[in-house]
Amino acid sequence: MEGIWGAGVAQLAPTQVGGPMLLFAVLAAVAVASGVGVVAFNSPVRSALCLIANFLSLALLYFTLGAEMLGIIQVVVYTGAIMVLFLFVLMLLNLAAPGALRESRDLRRLGAGALAAALFVLVVVQAVLPLQEAASPQAADYYGTPMALGRALFTEYVWPFELASVLLLVGIVGSILLAKRRV
Amino acid sequence: MPDSQAGIRPAGARSGKVAAGMMDFLQQLHPAWLALIRVLLFVVPLLLVVPGLIWWERRLLAWMQDRIGPNRVATITWPKDARWVPPFLRGKKTRLFGLLQPIADGIKLFLKEDITPAAIDRAVYFVAPAIALFPAFALGGTLPWAPPEGVYGLLTPIADVNIGVLYLMAVSSLGAYGIILSGYASNNKYSLLGGLRASAQLISYELAMGMSIAAVVLATGSLKMTDMIKAQTEPLWGVAPLFDNWNVLTPMGFVAAVVFLICMVAETNRAPFDLPEAENELIAGYHTEYSSMKFASFFMGEYAAMFVFSGVFATLFLGGPNMVPVDWVALGQTVPALEGFGRLMASVNYWASPLTFVGKCAFGITLFIWMRATLPRLRYDQLMALGWRSLLPLAVANFLIVALYLLCTDLYGAGGGWIAVGAAFALLAAFFASLARAGRGRREALPRREIRLVDPAKPKEGAAL
Repeated sequence: MEGIWGAGVAQLAPTQVGGPMLLFAVLAAVAVASGVGVVAFNSPVRSALCLIANFLSLALLYFTLGAEMLGIIQVVVYTGAIMVLFLFVLMLLNLAAPGALRESRDLRRLGAGALAAALFVLVVVQAVLPLQEAASPQAADYYGTPMALGRALFTEYVWPFELASVLLLVGIVGSILLAKRRV
Repeated sequence: MPDSQAGIRPAGARSGKVAAGMMDFLQQLHPAWLALIRVLLFVVPLLLVVPGLIWWERRLLAWMQDRIGPNRVATITWPKDARWVPPFLRGKKTRLFGLLQPIADGIKLFLKEDITPAAIDRAVYFVAPAIALFPAFALGGTLPWAPPEGVYGLLTPIADVNIGVLYLMAVSSLGAYGIILSGYASNNKYSLLGGLRASAQLISYELAMGMSIAAVVLATGSLKMTDMIKAQTEPLWGVAPLFDNWNVLTPMGFVAAVVFLICMVAETNRAPFDLPEAENELIAGYHTEYSSMKFASFFMGEYAAMFVFSGVFATLFLGGPNMVPVDWVALGQTVPALEGFGRLMASVNYWASPLTFVGKCAFGITLFIWMRATLPRLRYDQLMALGWRSLLPLAVANFLIVALYLLCTDLYGAGGGWIAVGAAFALLAAFFASLARAGRGRREALPRREIRLVDPAKPKEGAAL
């Protein structure tokens, strides 16, 4: 197995190709399949369900990498809150499944496909190729623990963090203003 | 875990030897087998306890409503002339309080016709009950049912991860999906309305629940469930070493406990928050179109979730698996005459901890049933107002007060911390009182309809109404 994938996999896990690799393969397969399902399904509710499955399998992938905090935040925020809201809205609208979402065949789809392929190549070059150097799939001790994350957020990245929270506050106030015209 | 043994000294050489033998046996097991044992030790008792819960709810509810309730199943009628029956029992009846009623319920549900409506979303319809059942059992993943020391430390919790409480939040938020999907897949407007109500309700109450848990996390300084149990064995209020600092005994912890308790009832869709299945408006809400075992799995999921949430409540606020908020070892050290008694009680406390934990869960379940029997269902806008306008601000204020306490304790010692907390609570009470006064002023502007009271002694006057 030569090439990017063979070399990368062999170097990532030289000794433990058994359990962890199998787990990774299963989770990654579920993630990819559900990701395809999000786009492929005609029914919006099915697409949302696929997105939920995708988020969950991503969270489990984070767990296998030792980033438990990130994984659980993924479940709490995306799966537990945002997707519930998505489903809520979808059920309120009650979209008629096939007719409303039929697309016409035109050249723009070709362009979109080309753009997607370019983006994929870009991601592979930027993110996956450097990983060939990676020697161990294990993170350093305390990497990604709640304590380390909190410390980083409130010391090193305190300005971006606070700016993001102000942005969210503006969003909340704005949505309330939009929803309640007469204050 | 050699170092964790230091915390507990089982009294008596015999039990100590048995415990050491068990420890050795468990430690030489393969971790996968040990994990399997841990999972089974949680899931099997939970499955066994669900029928008991149903019986307890039906009996207690009947008692509170001045009815008899199911008391017939499990009545033994002894034959009149059988030789194997002792003479004093012949022809008599022995009532066992209807204890086998849940089994009769189960057989009924199992044997009922399983109706599948025609116009459903098939895949989602069949998956939804399983999704509803999953979170109730998965919630126990980080829940310790005994002190995390000695033998019990190897057996519980299933995973002592450093994100224990966040895991609880994550799994309980997944509980919404079973309801939403069943409501959607049934293709029935009442089911859909139930699902919509459930999603809005769960999202609203999750926030207040998260903030009340955050207060406990802040006071503990850790997200681990086992650390929370340990933190609740510290001296009470930081000053009284004889007593344990159960979270419910501190002012901030008490407020958080009340908020958590209310949110817990809302998260499990129990009365008075059972709008997703309000019978008089929505037939049966999200499970209208489900019958037989598919309905039973919703039912089981609800009861298992009630039990596990009670366990979470006990762990976060009621000192976990410890029996009473008294530090027995410290008692023995301060009063030398009671040293042996203290050591005995510490040992009893340790070995009986699973029973204590189950007892606390049973207490929580009783609270659930009591609330159901006492409180009428909330109107939908009342539900939302309670969640967003009362519980969430209260939980956030409580969280800030915990932070203030920690800061002032750090700066000025325990006394300073409590003075700051008292001042903050007084300020908060004044603020809410002024809010209430402002609200009352606004309400008086609304038109009011007078009600004339009728004296039953003079019925003629009342007829004019």
